[in-house]
Amino acid sequence: MSQGSVGIVKPEMMQFDEPIELKGGARIDGYQLAYESYGELNAERNNAILVCHALNASHHVAGIYADQAENVGWWDNLIGPGKPVDTDRFFVLGVNNLGGCHGSTGPSSVDPRTGKPWGGDFPVVTVEDWVSVQARLATRLGIDQFAAVMGGSLGGMQALQWTIDQPERVRNALVIAAAPKLSAQNIAFNEVARTAITSDPEFHGGNYYEHGVVPRRGLRIARMIGHITYLSDDAMDAKFGRNLREDVLKFNFDIDFQIESYLRYQGDKFADTFDANTYLRITKALDYFDPAATFGGDLTAAMKNSKADYLVVSFTSDWRFSPERSHELVKAMVESRLNVSYAEIEAPHGHDAFLMDDAIYHNLIRAYLERVST
Amino acid sequence: MTPGRRTSRRDFDTIAGWIGDGSHVLDLGCGDGSLLRHLRRVRHATGYGIELDDNKVLASLKNGINVLQSDLERGLSGFEEDSFDYVILSLTLQAVRHTERIVGEMLRVGREAIVTFPNFGYWRHRLHVMMGRVPVSRELPYQWYDTPNVHVLTIDDFEIFCAGHGMRVRERVVLDEAGDEVKLLPNLLGALAVYRFDRWSA
Repeated sequence: MSQGSVGIVKPEMMQFDEPIELKGGARIDGYQLAYESYGELNAERNNAILVCHALNASHHVAGIYADQAENVGWWDNLIGPGKPVDTDRFFVLGVNNLGGCHGSTGPSSVDPRTGKPWGGDFPVVTVEDWVSVQARLATRLGIDQFAAVMGGSLGGMQALQWTIDQPERVRNALVIAAAPKLSAQNIAFNEVARTAITSDPEFHGGNYYEHGVVPRRGLRIARMIGHITYLSDDAMDAKFGRNLREDVLKFNFDIDFQIESYLRYQGDKFADTFDANTYLRITKALDYFDPAATFGGDLTAAMKNSKADYLVVSFTSDWRFSPERSHELVKAMVESRLNVSYAEIEAPHGHDAFLMDDAIYHNLIRAYLERVST
Repeated sequence: MTPGRRTSRRDFDTIAGWIGDGSHVLDLGCGDGSLLRHLRRVRHATGYGIELDDNKVLASLKNGINVLQSDLERGLSGFEEDSFDYVILSLTLQAVRHTERIVGEMLRVGREAIVTFPNFGYWRHRLHVMMGRVPVSRELPYQWYDTPNVHVLTIDDFEIFCAGHGMRVRERVVLDEAGDEVKLLPNLLGALAVYRFDRWSA
């Protein structure tokens, strides 16, 4: 079996002129969604897999761009011809979330009512809202029902929400490194990140575009904090330890340790490519995610309408969304007598493990998807 | 995979004969999922297998069953009381450390429990011991140094265990090495025991 890349891919854009009423009460009259697809939709249109992205990713899930060979899709190790998510068999779709900053309508887009970027006026969006607009895109593309919806972290939460909100339109969900809702500690980390951004003097209430500035310092700190929560203590120790960037301690506040250099690098890279307003909204969408809430806090009740089969995967060293959080999901599915399989992968990397090329993990996804009929 | 051979296991047929059509089943230590697959095919059973080993979890997935990766020694706290018609422990009783706790958990989450175990009292095993060796057979295919089995029990031992632990034996089938049922002197002539039991209070 050959394992290859989907090769050169091209993002596409879909314009929607029907308004969307958001969960928070706001309304967006028209919007566009950036998406990519790999493989062919079959004649029965029953081989589509939707890949939902997490905090900082996008619709660029696999392959490379013709003019940017180094810009490899964020889940390229999993998706492609002969890979666990086999594009020779499945039609794989990636969508940039509404409120994003990689092509879909978001805070940096121009609000047609004012002719200026939405900025701070762009509404808070939720996981439910994302599922709604992804469903509209699916309809436009002629996909009545997904063979599977999958994602890691916040992407896994969207996959879960799909099975609750659109039970007729999804046969399988792969919910990876996710949780049924955020803990107080999860929310706390998000709040520190948001405070870093909103307290940056260049934030201007979210309307920094018209001032020609970016709240770069805030965004950098937000990313540095986020990055710490994606890695395990052990993984960080193995990669950096207490290694110094130069040979001696400097006795000032410049970079001494390699981990400091790494975090600053990650922060800088992120601040160059990501929009602060989007970051604020995605962290809020995470905080608000709680599908059980509309069922009196009863996750089992929330799962009752689902018709999907599930693969739930967690990673032993993930302390952001630990295996125990996946156990909560599995328990609710088992109590609803849904078809669910669960794997707890031994991995040292922390939350980021869901992005890694791990043989046991990838073989499980391959085996599960081989069961999925098309 | 050799589903033909595995599903021809006579204890599978015994279990399939006991459970009602459409039963909801939890299989502890489900291995490659053959038993659940068999029960689904012949009894339209639903349910889950629990397995700890990565390769067996993968094999179960490939066999098309629901498998949950978990260490059953940590208990079954993820399952509510009476949530299954049957909880099965097939060829695993002798390999679990916390036997009393696990049997207790089986009867908490299941209305009934089914266990199968190799009978250490089987005449061939007794012969091995008399010859001064630890038994090795089709049912006990391990050497002393690589066996996963941590308990040695006979059919008579298990009956005494049941009596002392509030377990009511509903049915028992003892099989010989050929997979035929043994009626006479089961503790001596039986290689494999299959039990169905519930709680006395039930």
